Amino acid sequence: MMFVPGNNPAMMQDAFIYGADSIMLDLEDSVTMAEKDAARLLVHNALKTIDYGQTEMVVRINPLNTPYGKKDVEAVVKAGVHVIRMPKTETADEVREVEAEIERVEREIGCLGRTKIMAAIESALGIVNAYDIAIASKRMMGIALGAEDYCANLKTQRTPDGAELLLARETIVVAARAAGIDALDTVYSNLNDMETFRKEVELIKTLGFDGKSIINPRQIEVVNEVFAPKQKDIEKAQTIIAAIKDAEKRGSGVIAVNGKMVDRPVVLRAQRTIDLAIASGILKEEDI
Amino acid sequence: MNQLTTSSAGTLESGDIMVQISPSTEAGLHIDLNSTVAYQFGEQIKKVVSETLTEMGVTTADVKVIDKGALDCTIRARVTAAAVRATGKDVWKD
Repeated sequence: MMFVPGNNPAMMQDAFIYGADSIMLDLEDSVTMAEKDAARLLVHNALKTIDYGQTEMVVRINPLNTPYGKKDVEAVVKAGVHVIRMPKTETADEVREVEAEIERVEREIGCLGRTKIMAAIESALGIVNAYDIAIASKRMMGIALGAEDYCANLKTQRTPDGAELLLARETIVVAARAAGIDALDTVYSNLNDMETFRKEVELIKTLGFDGKSIINPRQIEVVNEVFAPKQKDIEKAQTIIAAIKDAEKRGSGVIAVNGKMVDRPVVLRAQRTIDLAIASGILKEEDI
Repeated sequence: MNQLTTSSAGTLESGDIMVQISPSTEAGLHIDLNSTVAYQFGEQIKKVVSETLTEMGVTTADVKVIDKGALDCTIRARVTAAAVRATGKDVWKD
C-alpha cells in the first residue's frame, strides 16, 4: 500500500503506474489544516476521474472528532473509494461511528455496503483493543500498524531491529487472523537505507503480515521480492493442490505427496503460496 | 450578484493550477488564463473553469488562472476550492 499525499495532484495522477497493490490517498497527516478543504476536493475529483485500473483505492480520512472527518467520508464515498482508512483507531465504538457515517452517505446515493473500512492502530490503547476493533464492522477488511504515533505513545522510539514494535505487530497479526481480515505493517521512512527496509519486510512476512505500507515507489520492488513465493515452493504447492483435487474426485479424504501425509494446514499453506504467486504475477488463474 | 471575497486555491507546482477568484464590477465570468499549454488546451481549460463556477452559482467574477499542466479533474477541484473559499458555501454537509 503506497501512501500518496492528498494535496499533490502530480503524485496522485502518476501513482498507479508503479504497480502498487493499493494506493492510499492521504487527507490526514500529510495535509495542513489550511488545505484540508482543497485536498478533499482533489481526492474526490481524482477518484471520480482517473482510471486507477485494478489498484485498490484507499483514502485515509481525518478522525470524526475533527471538523474534517465527516466531510471526508461524504467526499470519498460519493467518489466511489474502495476502502476508508481510519487513523489512530482506539476503540470499536470509533469504528461503528465511521460505519454509521459511511452508511448514511451510501443510503443517500444508493450504494449501500460498497465501502470497506481499514483501521490504523497507533496507540497502546488501540493495541489492547485490536481484536474488538477488528470485529467491530462487517466492512472491516484489515487492520494496520501506525508505528510513529505508537512509539510516541509508548514513550520510545523506532530502532533498526524493531524490538519496540514486536508486541504490537504480533497483536495485530493475531487479531487480524482471528477476525479473518488482513494485517498490514507500518511504513519505513528512511529511503536511503534499503538494507534495513528489506530486513524489516522479511521480519513482517515471517510474523504473518499480508503486506507493508510504503512511502515511495522505490520500496515496491523490495516488498514484492520478499513476499513473492520462490519457484520451488510454488511447484510444491501446485503438486499438493493437484493431489487434493484428485483425491476429492476419488472421494478420498487423506492424501500423501512424495510419501508424506498432507493434512489441512499443509493444504492451507499451499493455497496461500498459490494465491501469493497469482498476486505477484508469477502464476495466472488459468495455470492452476 | 454573488457575494465574493477574493480567494485562491492551488499551487504553481507541475501538474497543478492556481486559481484566484475576485468580485467583478462587470457581469459575467472574466477568465484570465496563463498556461504552459494554452495553445493546445486553453479553450478546454477555460470551459472547465467556467462550467465549474456556473455549477457553483458563481456567474460574475474575475478569475485569474495560472496553469501548470493540470488535468481536468485537478482544474475542477481547484476552481471548486477557490469558489468555496470565495463564497463561504461548502459543497459537503456539516
